[in-house]
Amino acid sequence: MRDFWRRFRRNKGAVVGLVILLLVVLVAATAPWLYPGSPWDMAGAPFSPPGEMGMLLGTDSLGRDVAAGIAHGARISLLVGAVSTVAALLVGVTLGAVAGYLGGFADDAVMRFTEFFQTIPSFVLAILLVAIFTPSIGSVVFAIAIVSWPPVARVVRAEFLSLRGREFVQAAEVLGKSRLSIVLTDILPNALSPIVVLSSLMVASAILLESALSFLGLGDPNLMTWGFLIGSGRSVIRLAWWMSVFPGIAIFLTVLALNLVGEGLSDALNPRLARQRGGAA
Amino acid sequence: MEASKLPGFLLRRAVKAALVVLAIVVCNFLLVHAAPGDPASVIAGQSGAADAVFLEQLRKQFGLDQPLYVQLWIYLKSVLSLDLGFSHRQQASVAQLVLERLPATLLLTGAAFAFALAGGVTLGALAAQRVGRWADSIITVIALTFYATPLFWVGLMLVLVFSVWLEWLPSFGMSSVGVEMHGLEVVWDVAQHLLLPALTLGLFYLAVYARLTRATMLEVADQDFVKTARAKGVPEGRILRAHVLRNALLPVITFAGIQAGQLLGGSILVETVFAWPGIGRLAFEALLARDYPVLLGVFFCTSVMVVLFNLLTDMLYAIIDPRVEVAG
Repeated sequence: MRDFWRRFRRNKGAVVGLVILLLVVLVAATAPWLYPGSPWDMAGAPFSPPGEMGMLLGTDSLGRDVAAGIAHGARISLLVGAVSTVAALLVGVTLGAVAGYLGGFADDAVMRFTEFFQTIPSFVLAILLVAIFTPSIGSVVFAIAIVSWPPVARVVRAEFLSLRGREFVQAAEVLGKSRLSIVLTDILPNALSPIVVLSSLMVASAILLESALSFLGLGDPNLMTWGFLIGSGRSVIRLAWWMSVFPGIAIFLTVLALNLVGEGLSDALNPRLARQRGGAA
Repeated sequence: MEASKLPGFLLRRAVKAALVVLAIVVCNFLLVHAAPGDPASVIAGQSGAADAVFLEQLRKQFGLDQPLYVQLWIYLKSVLSLDLGFSHRQQASVAQLVLERLPATLLLTGAAFAFALAGGVTLGALAAQRVGRWADSIITVIALTFYATPLFWVGLMLVLVFSVWLEWLPSFGMSSVGVEMHGLEVVWDVAQHLLLPALTLGLFYLAVYARLTRATMLEVADQDFVKTARAKGVPEGRILRAHVLRNALLPVITFAGIQAGQLLGGSILVETVFAWPGIGRLAFEALLARDYPVLLGVFFCTSVMVVLFNLLTDMLYAIIDPRVEVAG
């Protein structure tokens, strides 16, 4: 663990990323105290520029505090990013493990399925899914998970393919361990580092994807999100630039921080993974 | 690859592409049926608001009272005869709506792609030549920045700077409204409208291609044939262009083919920001009106375009690079 931290710290960008990320988490955690009450409530005169009327980042067309929206939006962004990544990991790891461990026909079938999902325009599919299942935080998480699992399946399959022939796996087989327990207790722990690195990048792209969906008006109508803030500032950009500028900076900083942390993790865990990137928006 | 193997390879790829298209149609069908509520009202595109007689007529037309596999068969037949359904909101067939908007999207994505590829390869090559120096670091920083910035926000910021503050470029649409123009004036007008959206869509991929070009160039530069060329006394500039860059380009092109779908998805956001009259804007309008047939049509059409584009890059690749594995 100390070794891990030492290698992580050597990457300066990763440390900066970690600090930014912790700040965002702090803001998200303390939002109800920093800005008590609903971020949808009127807090001042409409279209107050930043710094005036006691509004740090200005107000929107209905007099809502942009800073309060950003603080409360951080909760949703981080939540959606984390939950949809976990869901995508469950699907991706399962399919990748089946393909890599069983090989043969199962491998072929899973990989064709994965290829199919990588071919179709994922953002268009995500839009379609959220629209058809009506926008809510559940359908947004579902749609993001559906379009983000393929890279996981590929990485996990490659790891399992190379690990399943190793001596320790053969030893477990000879000992008569069940397949499920070999996969879960012998192979998976050894395939963990590339999965960890990939997940930090996936949280980043999930946050981007969520913001794009809510920008298009596909966010949960009851929740304040960064994408919604930018979307509502779009038509009045000539009047109130601050409405779209600040939430965008919040997204940028968070996603950048996650990417930097991902690179740091990659250095620290030293996986054989060539950094993979995916996701529109 | 031997010339005799080429037709077989292309045929296999074409069959695979056809299977993917078929799978997309099935996917669309399943989506209509997975939607909460009555599939007929999804097809009508006005959930809950359509009148009973009309819904009954739709049920009969799509055989919604019959078993699922019969319905799937009816659906497959209609899509494969290019009948993508009817938008009752816009009173036009979906195929017609999509086809009308397609040229604008192709112009936008094509321009963005050309810009991203040319810019990305140039920057990547420059970075590879100057590994570890400040130009390399700057390019890495630019790439990281565009990875982390939402596409639609980049678009809005460009509008803010170049249209609102500087008033240099138009911020929406594809051409000026209410102005009579001829010949080159029209081209110039469209080019001015195209600049910001194409930049927005292209910048992210420019960053992607720059990183990829840098990585593959460094990899190729280490290989034996480059050392041989150098030992032979080939000038350094020529080694870079003819030996290193040429070989480094192949993976970049393959990657670009794989990302065609992302580019089309991104164009939905960019077209929304700039009111660019393409299929992305069509999708956004359909989204606001919950016009599901149009949304499904856009999904089908963009998927088919990606499949066609991948087929094209496969072919190009197989012809350019004789070592490509035929078995794939």
